[in-house]
Amino acid sequence: MAKHAEKAESTTNPELKFGGVWKYDPAPESTDHVVIAPRHELFVGGQWVKPKSGEYFATIDPATERPLSEVALALDKDVDAAVKAAQKAFPAWRARSGEDRARYLFRIARMLLERAREFAVLETLDNGKPIKETRDTDVPLAAQHFFYHAGWADKLELLFPGERPEPLGVVGQVIPWNFPLLMAAWKVAPALAAGNTVVLKPAETSPLTALRLCELFQQAGLPPGVVNVVTGDGRTGQALVRHPGLAKVAFTGSTEVGKEIQKAVAGRGVELTLELGGKAAHLVFEDAALDQAVEGVVRGIFFNQGHVCCAGSRLLVQESVHDLFVDKLRRRMQRIRVGNPLDKNTDMGAIHSRPQLERIRELVAAGVDEGASLHQAQCELPAKGFWYAPTMLTGVAMSHRVAREEIFGPVLSVLTFRTPEEAVEKANNTSYGLSAGIWTDKGARILWLAERMRAGVVWHNTFNRFDAASPFGGFQESGFGREGGRQGLRAYVRLQGGLLPG
Amino acid sequence: MAGPSSPVEFRVPPVDAVALETRAADLATRSIKKNAKVQGLRLAVSMMDLTTLEGMDSPGKVRQLCGKARRPLPTRPDVPPCAAVCVYPDLVPVAVAALRGSSVQVASVATGFPAGRTDRATKLREVELAVAAGATEIDMVIDRGAFLAGRYGQVYDEICAIKAACGDAHLKVILETGELKTYDNVRRACRIALLAGGDFLKTSTGKVTPASTLPVVLLMLEAVRDHYLETGRMVGVKAAGGIRTSKDALRYLVLVAETCGDLWLSPQWFRFGASSLLNDVLLQLEKERTGRYQRPTDFSAD
Repeated sequence: MAKHAEKAESTTNPELKFGGVWKYDPAPESTDHVVIAPRHELFVGGQWVKPKSGEYFATIDPATERPLSEVALALDKDVDAAVKAAQKAFPAWRARSGEDRARYLFRIARMLLERAREFAVLETLDNGKPIKETRDTDVPLAAQHFFYHAGWADKLELLFPGERPEPLGVVGQVIPWNFPLLMAAWKVAPALAAGNTVVLKPAETSPLTALRLCELFQQAGLPPGVVNVVTGDGRTGQALVRHPGLAKVAFTGSTEVGKEIQKAVAGRGVELTLELGGKAAHLVFEDAALDQAVEGVVRGIFFNQGHVCCAGSRLLVQESVHDLFVDKLRRRMQRIRVGNPLDKNTDMGAIHSRPQLERIRELVAAGVDEGASLHQAQCELPAKGFWYAPTMLTGVAMSHRVAREEIFGPVLSVLTFRTPEEAVEKANNTSYGLSAGIWTDKGARILWLAERMRAGVVWHNTFNRFDAASPFGGFQESGFGREGGRQGLRAYVRLQGGLLPG
Repeated sequence: MAGPSSPVEFRVPPVDAVALETRAADLATRSIKKNAKVQGLRLAVSMMDLTTLEGMDSPGKVRQLCGKARRPLPTRPDVPPCAAVCVYPDLVPVAVAALRGSSVQVASVATGFPAGRTDRATKLREVELAVAAGATEIDMVIDRGAFLAGRYGQVYDEICAIKAACGDAHLKVILETGELKTYDNVRRACRIALLAGGDFLKTSTGKVTPASTLPVVLLMLEAVRDHYLETGRMVGVKAAGGIRTSKDALRYLVLVAETCGDLWLSPQWFRFGASSLLNDVLLQLEKERTGRYQRPTDFSAD
């Protein structure tokens, strides 16, 4: 019998190596089952209609820059037609029983799950995010929003006892490109459950899944005009939020555009909810479960390429564990698999657009300029498409742009703190306030911190977890109003009061 | 052997159970196809400790197992031999004779396996006899009673003593994670075994449910990785018990590949303890080669 090989010598400079011994073969999700029409019209009054503008624009796959389809450009007249269709549909839709409305929402949810693979692939193609995320997060969560709100549709009186909830009317909804399908579901489901009708405007660069959702609306037999979808650019959004026929505007997107919308609806008696940007902080204490905190920080900033309004883009780590934690993060970042978003093993996909890529580059350059140290995962990026390696900036000061401005990309800024008070002060020292992450093993400290964080969502020992039952929204320049849960539905009803039950 | 004497030095970082299980579940979704699958399955064969630990074990049964370990698939010489055969101490001489001239190691459980409820002198004597009979690897069990009573120093001292009794034989320290119950306990047991000089950390005896699980092995891999980065000393991990399918095996290999990396992707640093896994791996390897599933009876039952 052969003796054991001599044990590997203890090395003085131990380092790990990855990916040299066992390489995963490409495991691309099939795209055969997804047919994309060369041209998409507007969805108005339950029909596909050509835009009165006569104009179309291209939507591309950001991973390859390949055009996917042409999409109609809706301008004032098209938006007007859509709002009128929604107005026409409103009286009959609100008059239906809650049970009846629930039936449509349940049907849509089930149909979405039946076609989950198709929606996941389409979302990945149009957005650039990995199939792993569209398959495991975007599509199931979108379906959950329909299921969840279907459940409330006939129980609104129980949600707001003695207050006689009534629908508002026509709701104009403008959604961003980072979670196109999920945001559509997130907006449409509560609006319909409460008896409103909708004009939805998807983002210019990622309209395909919202348009495909219209196929489900048709097949589910949703009455014409209850949901209308108008595609286009900033002009389309402006035409929508300025339309006098709206009772409410719901917007998710940048703080800059949010402020413009707020001005546009001011003094018109139009209800408004805004879900805007963020610069969320992770607070990592020395007693935290560090290996799991690393996973949470990675999930917090590299999930969806960092195109997440609640991304944990600032890491505040206790000075005593700073070096250890940064070392762990550096090694972990190296193992993030960046590449073809359709590959089932891809952890991080393509940056959504060229302007976004340029903004990320500009801000990282500014960070380095201001004295931060740059750490980037060494990975091969595809030649075509928009790509950015997972990035960490250490030695960041609170005054640096990368500590204050939303980057909306896979870039983590690392700062330190010494005491819990300092951690709170630094975390709250931002014009935003959407989310925060607390990493500590001490229960009492979690509660102490959660009370003091000025953020709409505070996660402890986890990050970027979403649920239809959990209200989501911000403080300060991150917006106002909540989406999801009971609080989310509140934004889609008018409480008449006066009548006491029974 | 000098070492920490106070429990304070066995302090370990806390483990968050939810996040650990999430990470393990996330890695379990890796899609391993084509060449990567074949390469992974071959690697799994080479990492296998073929095991028989039954009261009814006989010399004939052990010889059969040794034959299988030397040449898992006689028609396919490109399928590597297994890493070791793992038996009770009295059958070590049979295995040594049957494996002479091969690369397959003889591993013996010892120290009052599986419960470990016997006195230290008996445990040490069992180890000495197994080593004298030719075992090159000793799979010991830790004293879970002492551990759960908080007598960490006692657990540590015993591993040190058994390591000394092993001489040149490699020591695998079975934590029996199914009896430690919490991940924090597992992490602490890892620390004790690492400081005491164990060459391998092993999850389970196979006699307690749950045996090996993905989150537990992920945690153990993190422990040996951190130990290596701190001290420069590599320690292996053996996942044992409950691993029955090729898919399971590949999932464990993914944990190794993405936690410890290339250094650990070898039979020297990662092992599977299994009795029924091998035939499923062979079935899958033949399927990849021929494009068809063979009948289960096409593979020898051992």
